[in-house]
Amino acid sequence: MNGMVARSLKNAVMMLLMGTATLLVLTPLVLIFVHIVREGAGSINLDFFTNIPNPPGESGGGMANGLVGSAIILSMASLFGIPTGIFGALYLSEYEGNRLANVIRFSADVLSGVPSIITGLVAYTLIVVPMHGFSAIAGAAALGLIIIPIVLRTTEEQLKMVPGTLREASLALGVSFWRTTLQVTLRSALKGIVTGILLSIARVAGETAPLLFTSLGNHFWGRKLTEPMAALPLQIFNFAISPYEDWHRLAWAGALVLVVIMFGLSLVARLFGRQKPMA
Amino acid sequence: MSHDEQVRDIDSAKGISGDRIFKMITLGFAFSIILILLLITVGMAVESIPTLKLFGWKFITGSDWDAVQGQFGALPYIWGSIVSSLLAILIATPLSVGTALFITEIAPGKLGGAIASLVELLAAIPSVIYGLWGILVMAPWLQHTVEPFLSDHFGFLPFFRGAPYGVGMLAAVFIIMIMIIPIITSITKEVLLAVPRSQKEAAVALGATRWETIRMAVLPYGRSGILGAVVLGLGRAIGETMAVTMVIGNTPQISLSLLAPAYTMPSVIANEFAEASSKLHSAALMEIGLILLVITLIINITARVLIWGVTRQRTSGGQI
Repeated sequence: MNGMVARSLKNAVMMLLMGTATLLVLTPLVLIFVHIVREGAGSINLDFFTNIPNPPGESGGGMANGLVGSAIILSMASLFGIPTGIFGALYLSEYEGNRLANVIRFSADVLSGVPSIITGLVAYTLIVVPMHGFSAIAGAAALGLIIIPIVLRTTEEQLKMVPGTLREASLALGVSFWRTTLQVTLRSALKGIVTGILLSIARVAGETAPLLFTSLGNHFWGRKLTEPMAALPLQIFNFAISPYEDWHRLAWAGALVLVVIMFGLSLVARLFGRQKPMA
Repeated sequence: MSHDEQVRDIDSAKGISGDRIFKMITLGFAFSIILILLLITVGMAVESIPTLKLFGWKFITGSDWDAVQGQFGALPYIWGSIVSSLLAILIATPLSVGTALFITEIAPGKLGGAIASLVELLAAIPSVIYGLWGILVMAPWLQHTVEPFLSDHFGFLPFFRGAPYGVGMLAAVFIIMIMIIPIITSITKEVLLAVPRSQKEAAVALGATRWETIRMAVLPYGRSGILGAVVLGLGRAIGETMAVTMVIGNTPQISLSLLAPAYTMPSVIANEFAEASSKLHSAALMEIGLILLVITLIINITARVLIWGVTRQRTSGGQI
């Protein structure tokens, strides 16, 4: 039958097109990955982890100040972003069903779509201007704003997976609702929540735009939280757009380290989340 | 004292007050999300009052940007953002949907799963690293290979005129496209997985080929969800900052040529805000941020509404 042939032909063509699309999609992505590993591995050495960047023209140097700065800024961001996200999620999952919870849920989703550079502008207005200067604190605030909606939504998902019978059992024993929530519900979901938190930290670890005019970056060791502080992604940016070959090499090394840290974090998160405490 | 009253007594002594406080605390944290969103919007509006007052609509229609003279028109940035994002989404959409179909319909199981996790892995790479690759690897390749080819063979079109710089609109379109493909692909994949089996089985039972099943049963069912994924990708594209800043050439001009350098809204904020020379200059950059915020809010709300409609039945939302 002619119709049948035409139909199978069309089928084959479409299958081929989809396969081609997949190949086209994977090619640049794989290329990027290969370049990061190859260029990065060639430029990395012990100096990278122990030294601060050398002035242009001098080879060598490292990004130790950026690594430490990133760790400090991320810790501060977590300190304020994670509790907000978790307590907010407790409200959404344990008192769900009202209209306010839906509005909050929707706001969180919308907030997570706001371009990250805008959280930088907000942190600038609220913190840099009143404090009369760029600071690590402002950078942490900007990143914290990004962490909140992610932690909120993943935590809520985890809390919802805790079976209702568990809550009921606790309540039936006469335990008050808030104790039940903290000691039974939250605890049962803890593993999944930690996984979500690690993933969210991995995600913001590479954020650059919110730090541009908050923590600003620093070529040296930052001594105070109220002063500009170096961060790994900022250094990668500044060195990538510089005209110096040595700095490009540092940028590649920084990119590799950043990717390894991020993937490492999410790998740990996934391994951690795999052993479920209870069904 | 009746039994009921006793119970109430115990409750008020031990539990109820604690429960009420607990509810208030969690509500406070949850409500802060709404406050943050309001704070962002109102804060940026207030900060951009100086230019809102001084220029009015001319801020959007004007194309002079001179910090020294105090002239601020944002049109080249708005143009650059819209053109780069739309072109990127135009190319990214068929590729992403094709890949998602390949993963879910043609090669489900191990191969599809491997491709899906690779795509997801690459969605996690930060913007600044895409930018690094873009400026050090892709831009030179565009400058020496792609752009000379385009201007030699298609130079009669206004889109491919001019000297090959490497950095420019074409580079921005490419890098945005590469960055949003993983996002659109993984959401589309979720949407396609939500298509009920019975829907496909019905088509297969009627003797449909694989493609016919996709066209008649899978795509119509997932249409609004896929549209949502694309709109969400558009939101990401328009707010994309670092990678674009590094490859677009940062020149505020409106040119039809894809080879010419351009500028986008997030890029000008990224480049100029820390060194804004005057109050008016920072207000102008804030207003650009406000325009960007309003555009992304509209885009995101649209996308959420579209995606929620499809995936809600299957899972309870999740981090999309």
